[in-house]
Amino acid sequence: MSFNNLDTLYRQVIMDHYKNPRNKGSIEGEHMAIDMNNPTCGDRIQLQLQLEDGVVNEAKFDGEGCSISLSSASMMTEAVKGKTVEEALEMSKLFSAMMQGEDVDPEQFALEDIEALQGVSQFPARIKCATLSWKAMEQGVEESEEA
Amino acid sequence: MDVLAVREAFPILHQEVNGHPLVYLDSSATSQTPKSVIDKIDDYYKRYNSNVHRGVHTLGAVATDEYEGAREKVRSFINASNTKEIVFNRGTTTGINTVAQSYGMDNVAPGDEIVITEMEHHSNLIPWQQLAKRKNATLKYIPMQEDGTLSMSDVRDTISDRTKIVAVSHVSNVLGTINPVKEIAAAAHEKGAVIVVDGAQSAPHIKIDVQDLDCDFYAFSAHKMCGPTGIGVLYGKKDLLDNMEPVEFGGEMIDFVSLYDSTWKELPWKFEGGTPIIAGAIGLGAAIDYLESVGMEEIEKHEEELISYALQKMDDMDGVTVYGPRERAGLVTFNVDGVHPHDLATVLDTEGIAVRAGHHCAQPLMKWLGVNATARASFYLYNTTDEIDRFVEGLQKTKEYFGDVI
Repeated sequence: MSFNNLDTLYRQVIMDHYKNPRNKGSIEGEHMAIDMNNPTCGDRIQLQLQLEDGVVNEAKFDGEGCSISLSSASMMTEAVKGKTVEEALEMSKLFSAMMQGEDVDPEQFALEDIEALQGVSQFPARIKCATLSWKAMEQGVEESEEA
Repeated sequence: MDVLAVREAFPILHQEVNGHPLVYLDSSATSQTPKSVIDKIDDYYKRYNSNVHRGVHTLGAVATDEYEGAREKVRSFINASNTKEIVFNRGTTTGINTVAQSYGMDNVAPGDEIVITEMEHHSNLIPWQQLAKRKNATLKYIPMQEDGTLSMSDVRDTISDRTKIVAVSHVSNVLGTINPVKEIAAAAHEKGAVIVVDGAQSAPHIKIDVQDLDCDFYAFSAHKMCGPTGIGVLYGKKDLLDNMEPVEFGGEMIDFVSLYDSTWKELPWKFEGGTPIIAGAIGLGAAIDYLESVGMEEIEKHEEELISYALQKMDDMDGVTVYGPRERAGLVTFNVDGVHPHDLATVLDTEGIAVRAGHHCAQPLMKWLGVNATARASFYLYNTTDEIDRFVEGLQKTKEYFGDVI
């Protein structure tokens, strides 16, 4: 019996981010925190962002969840660090489009690892896992703009 | 019980999912529907679909007879003494909320206590939590033993003279614990409290006798017992229901309506405002006919065999944690080391095996277990030991798969 289908979901690079998450922990100094959970499954993420002059200086996260949600959070924080808020939001849009199965140019992500999550679009029940951290980032950025 | 003959009755089971024969192990969430129930609902819409209790015409009379006939089937199924005690509604959640909003709002005063347990499904927790907040009452929890059972001394210690309502699940949807509802009812009554039983996980699997249990309210859902979705039952003792105010007002539930006042129909219709769930109730009646044709004792015995087989197989596996007591209903909640339950459920799904992953609508219980999520396999009359073998094989493969890629 083969696990070929699964290999489209669980790529090596995803497992790497799951087992060795980047930017896990908390930011020293001033930052904003966004808690977001997926009430249907209990996944939760606490995202911390440090924004300055419209740029994401630092991004860290902590949380509990499956391989997809945690690896996606790891990749997202890597991707948005050092980017402007507009660039980060643009990537988030792009990511949602990729999850909906749309053809997107993976070159547009600041981190090429993100392309590995493309397979999630074939598993509808898992899309929310992948988008959780991106939604948290969007919420944080919106809150900072309102403030 | 001839399980292969039982399986023949369920069209949905005979299909491939992701290239494998379906192994459906999620009946605690929703059970499958036998052809006789599907046909009965089909027949209703094809032959006599019409509103009940008001038609002078023939179809309306047939629909009313079938609808009220289903009520009698429910009465007999749980051995209630009177069909007036059988209220049709949307399901267990609605039943419990009805008791909280009607009986609770009129009988709980500031400083009174509502007693529940930490193993409750959200639907038997939040209604009481919110009632307590509104009434400035105290919500108290009967503590759980380490194995996820209740001890009667804890039950007696928690229920006091100030306790007005005790609400407890008959069978835990996570741990499979079978609670001593009859003893808890006696303890509640001793202190003058009423007992509300969440029967969502017991009515489908165990022969229920509400008079023997002496529970005041008992709520359950059709879709977990071979019936359709969207229909459930609230049983309540007639004396209590008689003195309760309706929660939903409108058509079907009134006696006389004037500009500034109205009176209600008699039981059970005063609790069935609006056009009732006619096809659903008739479908539930057919589900009860089906379950009784197999025999509830037979079903219970079959599930006991399945669960002991599954527990034994899972005991033999390394890195598998099973939650809850040994003696339990036909479900097993567990985790596999190093594999998040969502990932586990996805891997099993690619093998055609349907299990549940998540917090199972019991977040406080997850906290008590010290986990964020778990996986759950739940069994019913149509499951086989062969399917459990495939499930256990699937677990083994999941472990290997995640072992390989990590």
